[in-house]
Amino acid sequence: MSLARAAGSEAVGGARRRPELRRRILIAVAAVPLLFLLAWVLFFARGTSAGPAIAEPGEFLVTLLDAITVAGLFFVVASGFTLIFGLMRTVNMAHGSLFLVAGYLGITVQQTMVGKTRNIEPADVSMAAWFVPLLVGAMVAAVIGIIVQQVLLRWNEGQELRQALITLAVAVILADQMLAWFGGLATRMIWPGAVTHFFEIAGQRYATSRLFMLGVALVVGVSLWLWLGRTRMGMIIRAGVDDRDMVRALGINIVAVFAITFFVGAFLAGVGGVMGASFAGVAPGADGQWLLNSLVVVIVGGLGSLKGAVAGSLLFGLVVSFSPAYLPAAFTFYSIILTFVLLAVVLAVRPYGLFGRPA
Amino acid sequence: MSASPSKIALVAVAAALAALPLVTSEFVTSFLMTRILILAIAAASIVFLFRYGGMVSLGQFLIFGVAGFMVGNAVGDSGSKGLKLGWDPWVGVIFALVICLVVALVLGALASRTSGIYFLMLTLTYAVIGYYFFGQVTTLSGFGGITGIRPPPLFEGHPWRLYYVALGLSLVVYVGFKAISRTPFGLALQGTRDDPIRMASLGFNVPLHRTLAFVIAGFVAGCAGILNIWWNGQIDPTSISIGPTLDLLIIAVIGGISYFEGAWLGAAVYVSANIYLRNVPLVDQIGITEARFNTVIGLLVLLIMVLSPEGIMGIMDRLRRGKREAEASVPAMARVGSG
Repeated sequence: MSLARAAGSEAVGGARRRPELRRRILIAVAAVPLLFLLAWVLFFARGTSAGPAIAEPGEFLVTLLDAITVAGLFFVVASGFTLIFGLMRTVNMAHGSLFLVAGYLGITVQQTMVGKTRNIEPADVSMAAWFVPLLVGAMVAAVIGIIVQQVLLRWNEGQELRQALITLAVAVILADQMLAWFGGLATRMIWPGAVTHFFEIAGQRYATSRLFMLGVALVVGVSLWLWLGRTRMGMIIRAGVDDRDMVRALGINIVAVFAITFFVGAFLAGVGGVMGASFAGVAPGADGQWLLNSLVVVIVGGLGSLKGAVAGSLLFGLVVSFSPAYLPAAFTFYSIILTFVLLAVVLAVRPYGLFGRPA
Repeated sequence: MSASPSKIALVAVAAALAALPLVTSEFVTSFLMTRILILAIAAASIVFLFRYGGMVSLGQFLIFGVAGFMVGNAVGDSGSKGLKLGWDPWVGVIFALVICLVVALVLGALASRTSGIYFLMLTLTYAVIGYYFFGQVTTLSGFGGITGIRPPPLFEGHPWRLYYVALGLSLVVYVGFKAISRTPFGLALQGTRDDPIRMASLGFNVPLHRTLAFVIAGFVAGCAGILNIWWNGQIDPTSISIGPTLDLLIIAVIGGISYFEGAWLGAAVYVSANIYLRNVPLVDQIGITEARFNTVIGLLVLLIMVLSPEGIMGIMDRLRRGKREAEASVPAMARVGSG
């Protein structure tokens, strides 16, 4: 109860609704550092690994592409997290674990399909040897997700903290079991041979596999958008996000809707896991790292909002890609701080994220 | 709480702990008990934030680590990594605590605008960013960490000394946290936990109270962090990564996140389980050795969260007061938990 009230108070606290003028001043103040950053990247970034954008347009383009492609992966993982939270108010701390389970399983299935456990060449990997592991990994993650939801979360709905701690315990157990089953070494999936080559862009070589990853992310994003926006189930979910009790009162079986949503959310974590295993590899600890990535995306974008997940992924992707490239060479160590700056700036202006609303 | 039986119990427990080194082995005192007390002090700061402020913070272990890294940077000399300032240990303590207060103030001010589950997620993000920060910024530490840090001469020499320091600090923290509940600040803080809207309309600055609570908790976590680096002699970013961060919350949850006693109880269960689990008969046969310690701890937390979110202290409380009375008092977890 007090949580709802606590959230409400923020609305009241913030409800000294800033007059229009003050709002404009705020935006102007926020625009100054943004313009400075833009000018820095365009003209002054000497002594950085990329160089000023007008002198090195290729570097700039590649960094931008890096940002957008990695944002696609962030989006796939975070969209499942935000979908589950939006409808059920469950913060699934095991989201990163589902990511890692799917990643490991994808690798195992791919090795079985290719018939080797090491030194797999991209040429060995057909499209099927990538998409079948993707589906298997994501399905297993989805099944684990729905079991967790049905057994551990169904009966304590609404107790956010208790649910967060339950999924936290699940994450701890899964992490330990994965360490036992899959070992402690970093492994990775191989992109299909058909997309593993380079192409030339503004004088720079760029990996096609990253664009392939972006393509998969776009397909996932568009399907999700169509599902939520154009189908009856999506309509019920959106209504449930706004007012669960009213949906229930209308005679809709919201328990089944919860189960389906959790299934889809966990499935998305799994899809992200296989993509992530191909993109950067997986190792023990990747679960925590991807939970963090999802958290940053949804804290910036706003929990429970698909639009927020897109915006959060793009902003986070931009920060992650541009800060190592455009910080002066001696300071690239500090790029992690810029992630914190992004969080701080967004939260200072909008405590519940760009598209978020108080619970 | 002012009932005299609890005071007698506190004095008795304190006396028993003070006499402990006389009757147990040096391993128990200087390793097991000191580690329990240090972790318990840090966990108590989580309890403080939850019990009085309704905030579940995962940022406490970060501040615990910041204190350690700052001491390491301040007192380290040529042999170690970091800034190697080579200061006097006591100056290092003051330096570390000041930095802890500043960090807690900044992080708390930012987090105080959110509440409930958002607060949990934001502080978890702090913790992970802090880990990468100390890992990547090689001027302060780097992934290798800082080694070879010694406590001030006063606490060095006999292994009992740090134990008594930790015991003394535990008592101060326990009594201090309990006393805060009766101060005007503590009362207002509990008001913001129960009904922030009403407190705001009464003219209380709700975010400011939350921020100050976070600073107090950060100070205590920082003190524990200083003890930790004296006891450990080293610190590296992995020791404040997401795993240990969650472990600290798990300690508070096992003991009972709204009971101060629970912090010490939870730490005792956690650390003892970590060390003695392998000695339990039959454990090897079912495949649960100490290598799978985290599975055991995870299952324990799962069990506690399913059966009684109030942890061991909550179970004990329920048994002691009888079922009827316990049902009448709403557990804090359910209060905050129901959105």
